[in-house]
Amino acid sequence: MTARHRRALRGAALLGVASLALSACSGSTDAGGGSGDAEAVDTASVLEEGGEITVWAWEPTLEDVVADFEAENPNVTVNLENVGTGNDQYTALQNAIAAGDGVPDVAQIEYYAVPQFAIAENLTDLGPLGAGELDGTFTTGPWTSVQSGDGIYGLPMDSGPMALFYNQDVFDEVGVDVPTTWDEYLEAARAIHEADPNAYIANDTGDAGFTTSMIWQAGGRPYQVDGTEMTIDFTDEGTTRFTEVWQQLIDEELLAPVSSWSDEWYQGLGDGSIATLTIGAWMPANLESGVPQAAGQWRVAEMPQWESGAHDTAENGGSSLAVPAASENAELAYAFVEYANAGDGVQTRVDGGAFPATTAELESEEFQAKEFEYFGGQQVNEVLAESAANVVEGWQYVPFQVYANSIFNDTVGQAYVSGTTLDEGLAAWQESLVAYGDEQGFTVNE
Amino acid sequence: MPATTATTPGRPAPRLRSTYRPDRPRHRRSTLTTVLTGIVLVYSLVPLVWLVVNATKTQAGLFSSFGLWFADDFALWQNVVDTLTYDDGIFLRWFGNTLLYVVLGAGGATFLAILGGYGLAKFDFPGKRWVFAIVIGAVAVPGTALAVPTFLMFSQMGLTNTPWSVIIPSLIAPFGLYLMWTFSAEAIPTELLEAARMDGSGEFRTFFRISLPLLAPGIVTVLLFTMVATWNNYFLPLIMLRDSAWYPLTLGLNAWNAQAATAGGEAIFNLVITGSLLTILPLVVAFLLLQRYWQSGLAAGSVKE
Amino acid sequence: MTTTSPTAAPVAAPGWRRSRRRWVGWQFIGPFMAVFALVFLAPIAYSIYLSLFRTQLVGGTSFVGFENYQQALQDPLFWEGLGRVSLFLVVQVPIMLGIALLVALALDGGRLYGKSFFRISIFMPYAVPAVVASLMWGFMYGTRFGLVGNLNDLLGTSIPNPLSPDLILAAIGNIVTWEFVGYNMLIFYSALRVVPQSLYEAAEIDGATQWQVVRAIKIPAIRGALVIATIFSIIGSFQLFNEPSILQSLAPNAITTSYTPNLYAYSLSFSGQQYNYSATVAIIMGLITMVIAYVVQLRGMRKEP
Repeated sequence: MTARHRRALRGAALLGVASLALSACSGSTDAGGGSGDAEAVDTASVLEEGGEITVWAWEPTLEDVVADFEAENPNVTVNLENVGTGNDQYTALQNAIAAGDGVPDVAQIEYYAVPQFAIAENLTDLGPLGAGELDGTFTTGPWTSVQSGDGIYGLPMDSGPMALFYNQDVFDEVGVDVPTTWDEYLEAARAIHEADPNAYIANDTGDAGFTTSMIWQAGGRPYQVDGTEMTIDFTDEGTTRFTEVWQQLIDEELLAPVSSWSDEWYQGLGDGSIATLTIGAWMPANLESGVPQAAGQWRVAEMPQWESGAHDTAENGGSSLAVPAASENAELAYAFVEYANAGDGVQTRVDGGAFPATTAELESEEFQAKEFEYFGGQQVNEVLAESAANVVEGWQYVPFQVYANSIFNDTVGQAYVSGTTLDEGLAAWQESLVAYGDEQGFTVNE
Repeated sequence: MPATTATTPGRPAPRLRSTYRPDRPRHRRSTLTTVLTGIVLVYSLVPLVWLVVNATKTQAGLFSSFGLWFADDFALWQNVVDTLTYDDGIFLRWFGNTLLYVVLGAGGATFLAILGGYGLAKFDFPGKRWVFAIVIGAVAVPGTALAVPTFLMFSQMGLTNTPWSVIIPSLIAPFGLYLMWTFSAEAIPTELLEAARMDGSGEFRTFFRISLPLLAPGIVTVLLFTMVATWNNYFLPLIMLRDSAWYPLTLGLNAWNAQAATAGGEAIFNLVITGSLLTILPLVVAFLLLQRYWQSGLAAGSVKE
Repeated sequence: MTTTSPTAAPVAAPGWRRSRRRWVGWQFIGPFMAVFALVFLAPIAYSIYLSLFRTQLVGGTSFVGFENYQQALQDPLFWEGLGRVSLFLVVQVPIMLGIALLVALALDGGRLYGKSFFRISIFMPYAVPAVVASLMWGFMYGTRFGLVGNLNDLLGTSIPNPLSPDLILAAIGNIVTWEFVGYNMLIFYSALRVVPQSLYEAAEIDGATQWQVVRAIKIPAIRGALVIATIFSIIGSFQLFNEPSILQSLAPNAITTSYTPNLYAYSLSFSGQQYNYSATVAIIMGLITMVIAYVVQLRGMRKEP
């Protein structure tokens, strides 16, 4: 509780972010120790009373969770609707909020988008509803991602600590070792492409999520946000560390010009022409279903490092379940979110192939010891859980990251198709973001 | 210029204009013309052939075979069955929704276009000069930017996430209005309407009893266009609908396609392709059927000299 | 389907009945206009209202008058997009309409083997939803695994990547042409079908060649259809959205978020939440489109609706 109240003070000192719909807690004059219990939701009675909630999510494993939840709580009805993935859903959510009608009780929101909804005061602070007592339940990366100012605006549903997924057959054929540093990665990229001009170490046509995660791992902190004041700077040491290596990969044409998630991409992952993926821990399920023809060829290793012997990783993707401020049934909504993300639902989702954000599951022996047939029997989760523990701390997203990512290819993406360099592209991105931030009323420093 | 008399403006020949010309060759068939048109034909059909060929492939086959030829495994029937039964047969539900939108949306759009076009062609009324200018002007404003205002309005009226939010905007077919306008002007002799008025027939009675049958071929054409537009409607349903149980096929296919780009989602490219084929098929059948009516209708609608 | 002005032959009425009769036309056009007002005019009015305000994520909404318009008129992204669709318009529309007209003339001329097969096949792509069409072509454009890649491997050629920034506009133009050649062909063909037989007979007596018949009779006779098809194509080009928006996932760096004005309005509204500015861009685009469509109509017809 004290931690939360300290945050509350800091938040209030900044700007009017504290004036949220549910200001009962942070605005309360009573700082007494027992207040938390009085305010927290009595989950059992809420569930007993029952009701109907609508959940907008595209995460496939939630279907089973909803079924179990409804079975356990016969008075509760959950309408699970897939409104679209990522941006499509945010658009729908923003439209519904603007119209003040049809807003769901629970919405899946990716970590990078949480600040945007939080700062617009579109989300319920879950702290007073019980989330304030969940400190330590989730791994640090996701847990800090759902917090903004003094509030907790969602519960982490899954996480994407990064790792190196690689096609063992390709490395065996070419005869290079699996890289442990980015310098080795560059060498391996040259070797693979030399051995077969149609083969590449990876594909990349410019991806905002990937690039920011790489900068994250390299120790860059391009976004520093404090309420509505922020600094955007893509020239710090961590950022240039990344661009130096990546620029060489681009210049030497060592990256397949194939966009992720396209059919060409799936094809390349299956036939060995794309040899590695540096990506979030949620990837195994996608490989299993999308690239069945390469079963047995893929393995997982720690993400290559910037310094030999280090063990730094970053988060890539992952999403939370949040309760929109316009929900008329926030208590029941929270009860569901807690069940799905911190209760029995977690195991259900892990069984369905999701990668959890909860420390208990990540550390459990059963989870880590699971052998993946697709990965030749490798205990993949061991590597991934280790990565979750090694995520570099202190990363922040700007509160308009959805917009920021949408113009990534207009600016940084040009480095992949023209003579522009990554650094120039990042500078152009920075310029656009500063202009946008100013226009939207933020105070932006460079 | 021997035939220039034909283009003399103001020549009073509406009856002549609508004379049906029987479909018989006046000239020898030409191989050269056939070949040149054949190139356009190939251009039109190659992507469709691609679609048909690839609908026969499994997911693995898709990724390992030449695009315009069959893979080793012939999985068309399996794909069709999978498409129809995937996710408890949601595809059939989408199919039904699309039918609903087409019947009410395209049907309604055609009806409104007939009424409006007929009104424009056969009556003088205040503001008539402005009607089509306003329609064209409004159509010129990009629809994507109107989506949010439209959404907010429909939301106020409680229409979002209901079939009405798809059907009501489909009721407007500006091009259909134009077609019915020109067609009414030509196909319905004004003398006929005058005669009906002399007999004391009301305007709507005249419209339904006398004019409508004469408009049949134009109606079929407009119906064809509005059907396609409604069947392929994508952007507005995307904004308006949240509940996948109300999706039309286009949105459903897009959702399936997006699955491949979702963490934990199942990539089902083969079902997307087969689903696309099944989406197009009913329209092709409708074309073939309507084409007949359209041909014979054209003959029936003509006014004998 | 008509040849010239559809405004011909309004009904003359005796004086005393005229005042009441004046409004009869509205009973016919009324339903269309009522729905039209709801789904087009009201959102446009709302957009104009929105365009006078500015909403900030921090700081809320304030009235800014014409500031958004000033900003848009000085916005290089807007002008680049407009330049791009203008280029598209100048190149793609003549090609598409040219092919459509040639095919329509070939079909009408009766010099073709297997005519109805040609007609239905070339019209077929129109049945394919833009979403599916773009996905199909997007696959075929692939230089690694797509058809272009297959052809390069097979023939040893090096067809450049259609999805590269230099060629992407042509690639989009190809998809749009593919989708709409058949549609425009059918419009022209329908117009040609109702050209009166007597005109041809007169020409034949005068000994006109096939080409002379086309130039002197057929083209002038379907001028109305040509003009309206051009106007709708202009609107379509200026509103180019579906195809680039779907290809964006395959060529994210070649197709920027402000690639076409309509895409720009969409990104502003949906990614940037700049509803006000988005509305402004849409209104300006609408005005520009209207002016150009009006000029085309004035030049294309002497005395028209």
